[in-house]
Amino acid sequence: MAQRSVLGLFTDVDAAADAMDAVAAAGFGQGEYEVLTGTPYPEGTFGEEEPVHKLYRFPLVGAACGFIVGVLLTAGTQLAFPLVTGGKPLLSIPPMAIIIYEGTMLGAILFTVFGIIFESRLPRLFMGAYDTRITEGYIGVAISADEERMESAEDVLRGAGADEVKRSWESE
Amino acid sequence: MQEHVQLDQKQINQELLSGVLKTPRWWLPAVIGLTIVFLTGLSAFGYMLNKGVGVTGLNRPVFWGFFMVNFVFWIGISHAGIMISAILRLTQAEWRRPITRAAEVLTVFSLMGALMAAPLVHVGRPWRADLWVFPYDFARGIWINIRSPFIWDPSAVMTYLTASTLFVMVALLPDLAIVRDRSTGLRRTIYSFLCLGWRGSPRQWKLQAVAGILLSALVLPVFVSVHSIVSWDFAAQIGPEGWHSTIFAPYFIIGAIHSGVSAVATIMVVMVWLWGWKKYLTPDHMDAIGRLLIVVAVTWFFFFFLEWVFALYTLEKAETAMRDLQVFQWPWNGLFLLFLITAFFFPVPMWMFRNVRRSFFWMFVTTISVNVGMWLERFLIIIPGLMRRSPMVFDWGSYRPSIIEIAMVVMTFAWVMLGMLLFSRFFPLIPLFDIKEGMVGRVLIKIGRRTVPASIRE
Repeated sequence: MAQRSVLGLFTDVDAAADAMDAVAAAGFGQGEYEVLTGTPYPEGTFGEEEPVHKLYRFPLVGAACGFIVGVLLTAGTQLAFPLVTGGKPLLSIPPMAIIIYEGTMLGAILFTVFGIIFESRLPRLFMGAYDTRITEGYIGVAISADEERMESAEDVLRGAGADEVKRSWESE
Repeated sequence: MQEHVQLDQKQINQELLSGVLKTPRWWLPAVIGLTIVFLTGLSAFGYMLNKGVGVTGLNRPVFWGFFMVNFVFWIGISHAGIMISAILRLTQAEWRRPITRAAEVLTVFSLMGALMAAPLVHVGRPWRADLWVFPYDFARGIWINIRSPFIWDPSAVMTYLTASTLFVMVALLPDLAIVRDRSTGLRRTIYSFLCLGWRGSPRQWKLQAVAGILLSALVLPVFVSVHSIVSWDFAAQIGPEGWHSTIFAPYFIIGAIHSGVSAVATIMVVMVWLWGWKKYLTPDHMDAIGRLLIVVAVTWFFFFFLEWVFALYTLEKAETAMRDLQVFQWPWNGLFLLFLITAFFFPVPMWMFRNVRRSFFWMFVTTISVNVGMWLERFLIIIPGLMRRSPMVFDWGSYRPSIIEIAMVVMTFAWVMLGMLLFSRFFPLIPLFDIKEGMVGRVLIKIGRRTVPASIRE
């Protein structure tokens, strides 16, 4: 059965929160509906579950990778052609630490940015049910489910007082 | 923060995207003018490549002139973005909201300006700059010497540039979606691609909030390392004795913050004057940044004072020779006096007055003054430092910048302004989603006979 989505547009925060409750009461699962807003609202404003993510692991892995690359680069390059200059030790810790530090931070930052995009489920190629008015203050409640449940989804959104209900297959 | 206008999201979109969805009248002439200045500098650079560094005023013993002064200056300005954005984000300061984006973008373009000033023009043979990273000879494994500060420097600056660019890009995603929703045709396709299909789900907002905190926390240590390493370009040298100072790293960092935060205040005023965003950047914001500047300036002056105390306490000949140049020899003494007045003794007493802090005009004048002074500060560290008379040195020359160097310095200023203007034409300079979040979290509360806005924070 093909997946389809519908979107109910609301102007009022309370109405959108009530609509989320109504959708849940109508038997739609947590993964089948979500609220779309043009601005971040405090968590739980619409009664939605707190999103779970593993972003904090990304900088740790990135830092470890950057650290290893930093060590290999600083130690490996000096050992590749062991040329003693000015009687200084071949592997001198203070200057090595600087490059390793920068490598570690660069690795952590690159992996964090990758993690942000990955955990945000981006890039998203198909927008599904969406309306441009969401970025000017409307609140969207989107339901994605099997084609046969679309009618019931539209009824729930209309019953909850949606200003307008949009079908993804008509707007795409 | 008592001045507050409650605006709806549609109005915020219209006002803050005015420069993105329509071209302001002044924009094209400004861009053309700056492009001409930039190309003039680029031509001077081409001339230098063709004729060699002999066309500059650099000569024994002053091998570092305007180019290095400019490099340190732009690295300093680049600290604006992180100081304002990261620290204020981490402390959840409400007044950060309209400022963060401009400060971060200023960081990116001033870092590019710094890279233009040092690796591109200062080395004289920029096509050999790759040898800072790649080995001289792959076959025999002759690699770069990692013990040199000139290797630490590009690694730190490139890390900072990468980090700050990504920082700007991540925070831009929700605003790019707003522009996408207000565009049509090819423009819409481009913005759809750039915003990666942003929809505004709770998950995306949550990640955006965590990203702001996490990236701020990660970029801050890089920010500290960058100017420390720039200071070690000086302090870790065998050369000028006056540069062998253990306080150089914190002194350079606080100096960078002084000039960087001043530059952000200048940009804030320019944003109000050019785009008319008075509802978003209010005298309250200028007041807040003015107070911050007083703290930063006084801390910087303390380090400047310490540097002199350390220099004079030892009474080493080479050190006092440099100080003698700075204070008693013309034209350095004139410049030194100008530096003290413009960097500290004019702006700081002015900021003590509430009316000055809340005036766009006076904040513009005083913050420009700080950056004139901070440019001179770097000039007075570098040139008299290299000119000082020391034993076994027989080249006692002076330094006079050539027109070629002046053109290339002006080029970097034109580049930063041009970059900011080009960015403002295609991307919002004030983060719309941040402003909207501030509006959502604001309520009016009654205290006695007054009604004041209060912010709800999780």
